[in-house]
Amino acid sequence: MLKKLRHCWHLIKQLSGDTAYEQYLKHHAEFHACSVDAPAAISRKDFYKLWQDTKWTGVNRCC
Amino acid sequence: MHKDLPNSNMKLIIWILVGVLGTFALSTIALNRGESINALWLITAAVCIYAIAYRFYAAWIAAKVLVIDETRATPAERLDNGRDYMPTNKWVVFGHHFAAIAGPGPLVGPTLAAQFGYLPGTLWILIGAVLGGAVQDMVTLFFSTRRDGRSLGQMARDEIGVIGGTAALVGTFLIMIILIAVLGLVVVNAMKHSPWATSTVAATIPIAMLIGLYMRHIRPGRVMEASAIGVVLLLLSVFAGGWIDHNETLRVYFDHDGLPLAFAIIVYGFAAAVLPVWLLLAPRDYLSTYMKLGTVILLAVAIVILRPDIHMPAITQFTDGSGPIFGGKLFPFVFITIACGAISGFHALIASGTTPKLLANERDIRMIGYGAMLLESFVAIMAMIAATVLEPGVFFAINSPAGVVGANAVDAVAKINSWGFAVTVEQMNQLAKDMGESSLFARTGGAPSLAVGMASIFGNAFGKGLLALWYHFAIMFEAIFILTTLDAGTRVGRFMLQDMLGNFNKRLGETSYMPSVLFTSSIVVAGWGYFLYIGVIDPNGGVNILWPLFGIANQMLAAIALCVATGILIKTGKLKFAWITALPLAWLVTITTTAAYQKIFSGDIRIGFFAAANDLSTKLASGLLPADKAAVAPQLIFNQHLDAYLTMFFVAMLWIVIVDMLVVCMRHLSGKPILPCSEVPHTETQLNDAWVRD
Repeated sequence: MLKKLRHCWHLIKQLSGDTAYEQYLKHHAEFHACSVDAPAAISRKDFYKLWQDTKWTGVNRCC
Repeated sequence: MHKDLPNSNMKLIIWILVGVLGTFALSTIALNRGESINALWLITAAVCIYAIAYRFYAAWIAAKVLVIDETRATPAERLDNGRDYMPTNKWVVFGHHFAAIAGPGPLVGPTLAAQFGYLPGTLWILIGAVLGGAVQDMVTLFFSTRRDGRSLGQMARDEIGVIGGTAALVGTFLIMIILIAVLGLVVVNAMKHSPWATSTVAATIPIAMLIGLYMRHIRPGRVMEASAIGVVLLLLSVFAGGWIDHNETLRVYFDHDGLPLAFAIIVYGFAAAVLPVWLLLAPRDYLSTYMKLGTVILLAVAIVILRPDIHMPAITQFTDGSGPIFGGKLFPFVFITIACGAISGFHALIASGTTPKLLANERDIRMIGYGAMLLESFVAIMAMIAATVLEPGVFFAINSPAGVVGANAVDAVAKINSWGFAVTVEQMNQLAKDMGESSLFARTGGAPSLAVGMASIFGNAFGKGLLALWYHFAIMFEAIFILTTLDAGTRVGRFMLQDMLGNFNKRLGETSYMPSVLFTSSIVVAGWGYFLYIGVIDPNGGVNILWPLFGIANQMLAAIALCVATGILIKTGKLKFAWITALPLAWLVTITTTAAYQKIFSGDIRIGFFAAANDLSTKLASGLLPADKAAVAPQLIFNQHLDAYLTMFFVAMLWIVIVDMLVVCMRHLSGKPILPCSEVPHTETQLNDAWVRD
């Protein structure tokens, strides 16, 4: 039961975007860790600015 | 095998029961001719129809027509970049998709269409959604997923040709302009001479900016925590608005005519399009999403607890075209008025482009594409209930423009009584007093009547003493996500324009080049600002012109999306299944073409644009108009002409795309060469279930 609730909470956080930075870090570690000249991961603050800019480029709200 | 048998029998019995219950509920609402009917019957019919359509029709389309392949890697997996392409849990994608597709449209359309009675609109919302809208969303999502998440415009260009692609692009841009104008008008009409509503809506702007600053500089990325603070502030602003309304010195600052409010919205729209997204747009969107979900759930709970009676007749005499809210017969205008909630072309833009980039597995397409549309349709049903639980006399008093029933309360009541709907001046005054408004006559646009409906439902379910608070809460709830659509739409329009202009001048196409940003934003704002201005000065309320125009445009975009889908089905050898999109397409083409024909050529001045323009010209020339109307008449005449040409343009574009699609299909069927299918080749998925369910 507790596990299910925790899972639900995690989904809600994912939906709101609270976990987007952690996901980005995970992705960064997975895909860029091996190469030597990989760019360093950006800060939480910079990430959210970039994330919102990307999100609002294009149609993402309608009638 | 034998073990499964009782289980499958059980399931069969349950589905038969759902079918019987649904049929019973549907026949109850369709055949009822008594005084009133309980709203629960509408909810029951809707839920049963959705369940059956989702379980059988959508599952059949997924399995047999689209042939969903669970082993195939989606673009989110193949092109994963940790940001826009990213395999995501299906519930999270569902949430994003639903938040994106469900705006104020399903609330406004059914409210206006309730002038025909509750039945026509309800049937169209249910049938349109399960056979049209949800199918469109689902197949578009599927085809875009199979094409790396390409947009509708790109798919039209790749599969049908350049003409189809350009038509989709231009159509989208124009719909955006008209949509924003009509939504702006809805907000203006809700705020007109209402210091409470105006101050509450005004407060949402600094609140959103405060939340933006909080998320940017104080606690970066703590979205939920910031949104929670924002929602509390929004609720406080409803109380504060009441306090301002009762304060004689402060209330005058927020008591305005339509025109200054329209200009304020125009300035606001421009600011929102050029300011950084983190400051206003993104935080406002969070707040509106939470408010929207919260209020819709609250409304559903209240309806189930309260089980209100619907007082509107099943069908009114206005099916003959004489309706006060907008002119035109039941066919085709109920289908044009209710676009969002039944079928909305705009969804095809979300289902292609944004959502497919998040899908972890093709099997989620049914739930996200088809399921989310059913939920939006359900929101439309609730809006229909909120509008029709009002006494019909009250409903028409709020929604009939002064140009139809007269600006004087006594005249308006007499006119509405002459239609056979009881209402008195005292009743309307008491209602306005209960809701904390100075008057509720001629508050067109749908928002005030929906708010009165919601307030009476909430008031009865959760405490009657707070009607004025509930009313202004409902107005704030509608305004906040109308303004989000307005912000986001202006910005999208700006991007589209920059994209188009980039073909002529490279610098104009750069989205961060400030002169270009200011220039293109001004053009977009001027475009919708013009229609908003005309809507405000129009004595008939403006909504009666703009909303059908928006409906025609939105249905036209849906027809383009269905054209692309039908074309792809036929090209990929699925001719025998092409009816799943071709049937709704044929219906949409019929209604949009008929509606457009009537809007252009009808001799009835309440329907035909040219007829209205000629009528006004004659009256102006013979000096029949009072001075105030004569002053704005030339602008209204120009606008009627413009609207007529715009409608012609929409229909012409629609038919060009259809002919283009038919040519491609005929060539394919007769073995001639056509543009190749642009589906990307199959790659085996490497994602396992455990990961996706993470």
